[in-house]
Amino acid sequence: MARPAVIMDRLFLIGGALITALIFGILMLLIGDLVQHGLHRLSWSFIQNFPSRFPEKAGILSAWVGSLLVVLVTMLTALPIGIASGVYLEEYAPKNRLTAVIEINIANLAGVPSIIWGLMALGLFIYVCGFGHSVLTAGFTLGLLVLPIVIISTREAIRTVPRRIREASLALGATKWQTIRHHVLPYSMGGILTGAIISISRALGETAPLITIGALTYVAFLPSSPISASYPFVSAEPFAWLFSGFTVLPIQMFNWVSRPQAAFHENAAAAGLVLLMITLTLNVTAIILRSRFRKRVKW
Amino acid sequence: MSAKHLYSIPLLLLTAALSLPFAAHADKLISIDGSSTVYPITEAVAEEFQNSNGGAVKVTVGISGTGGGFKKFTRGEIDISDASRPISAEELAQAHQNQIEFIELPIAFDALTVMVNPKNDWVDYLTVAELKKIWEPDAQGKITKWSQVRNGWPDTPIKLYGAGSDSGTFDYFTEAIVGKAKSSRGDYTASEDDNVLVQGIKNDKNALGYFGYAYYAENQDALKAVPIVASGKDANLANAVSPSPETVKAGTYHPLARPIFIYVNKKSLGREEVRNFVEFYLKSSAALTAEVKYVPLPEAAYEKALARLQNGFSGTAFSGHADVAINIDEMFKRELKNGA
Repeated sequence: MARPAVIMDRLFLIGGALITALIFGILMLLIGDLVQHGLHRLSWSFIQNFPSRFPEKAGILSAWVGSLLVVLVTMLTALPIGIASGVYLEEYAPKNRLTAVIEINIANLAGVPSIIWGLMALGLFIYVCGFGHSVLTAGFTLGLLVLPIVIISTREAIRTVPRRIREASLALGATKWQTIRHHVLPYSMGGILTGAIISISRALGETAPLITIGALTYVAFLPSSPISASYPFVSAEPFAWLFSGFTVLPIQMFNWVSRPQAAFHENAAAAGLVLLMITLTLNVTAIILRSRFRKRVKW
Repeated sequence: MSAKHLYSIPLLLLTAALSLPFAAHADKLISIDGSSTVYPITEAVAEEFQNSNGGAVKVTVGISGTGGGFKKFTRGEIDISDASRPISAEELAQAHQNQIEFIELPIAFDALTVMVNPKNDWVDYLTVAELKKIWEPDAQGKITKWSQVRNGWPDTPIKLYGAGSDSGTFDYFTEAIVGKAKSSRGDYTASEDDNVLVQGIKNDKNALGYFGYAYYAENQDALKAVPIVASGKDANLANAVSPSPETVKAGTYHPLARPIFIYVNKKSLGREEVRNFVEFYLKSSAALTAEVKYVPLPEAAYEKALARLQNGFSGTAFSGHADVAINIDEMFKRELKNGA
């Protein structure tokens, strides 16, 4: 008869394995359901067509392009600001009451419902700044939404860099910024990228704040391209796409799911598969980058 | 090792976005927002309109809801507002204050359908009074069995399915049946998504629910529509009217059918593409409305709407609230008010 502690050990192992299997099973069930209903709708024409009242002719071109453009602006906003804030709070900020208040606020911001961000963005970006119901507004809104995640993960990552690394660098005469630039940031890049992964996934799935800021549902054109086919290869208004109206995949899915025709529900499942694939591709890219960064860290 | 790698992700995204066949830049844009009930019709018209002009004019349609659409419309942010109810008194005042003149155009009927499970063999019809008895706020926790609705019906529980309180369907059903908008019992399965209600009634012999006619039209095998006896008529099967395109159009499916609208900013009509689009809308509505499973207005109504547009008659025929099941001819005879 084994010792009680050993029995506990085995029980925990079994329990942990069961729960992992359960979570994995639920995910597989979800994907299986999407595949079963949506897979047969996936085709090049589905990817290349605009929305239509005919389910078999309807596609998601404006939706997936919109999703990618919005996420692009989101990342360009949230990553530089979030990483800079994280570095400042962890490396430079004096440990006083004000910093503590800021830290608590950032942690709280991570839990603010997304619709609140949408309402704030409507007031700030649209009514005050006049950015319109545009890709830019959407990207900024989601950028703010994921900012706390980026800041918190950056700080956690920076904290894992041992103190002796910093001290060694400083002892060799490097300045504080040189230490951060050449040692702290590179060593913590893995953790920072994890924050970026979670942010991208979150931003791609958001619907509520985008509807609040006036995201469209029916868009049968793409934002104008910043590049052109002829010399000088830059269009007259390279930033016009930032101010274009847009729609995103979750909004298109939501609209199709609530339609009476069953064929539209299949379109929604197919759009769900595409959204999953985009999320997966972006995440795999980030995970590969992360593992490359981690491999290089040797101390 | 450098922070350069950090830019890989945005760069990847950028490359993906840039390698697309982008459309040529066009300046003509018509922006529409509002009700999700009206959306399928506007989507169909927008699709056909863009096909007919080869993409020279861009049309965008949002679904902020009737209220959200009017908010943007009365601020002058959009050209056309999709509305599943007439403009409210507050919205009218807002439009007046911002000097937004508009033209009110009915474009189709939306009919609510009261539904039971096909295995339900006792419900032959329901009167408005019986529906009120089931759905009024006082019924909460009290009317729980079919036998309480009418003598002779089985002593089995009645399971209720209805629209969520944020939807225009809820506002309209409560106004038409209970007599006051948003006044309803709360102990029922509520969903903004009518498909959820369809599933619920499909699988429950004791179910009763209401939702838009289009959802019934798509699920006729799995649901049974209940004929309705309008208030003021004798409760018998001969006076009961089933929902169908014909009864809705004739105005006999009373009081659960209502007109739905588009509101056009009069200033936007100065732009040729907007005027063309609205005329196209009214001329193609009859065919396209039926295609997306809504009930079109009588031909004469579209002609009257077109005349109203061409004469530039602005204002609303309603006094800030939805009249229950207004007759479409009577609506065109009314004097239009611009609010003040």
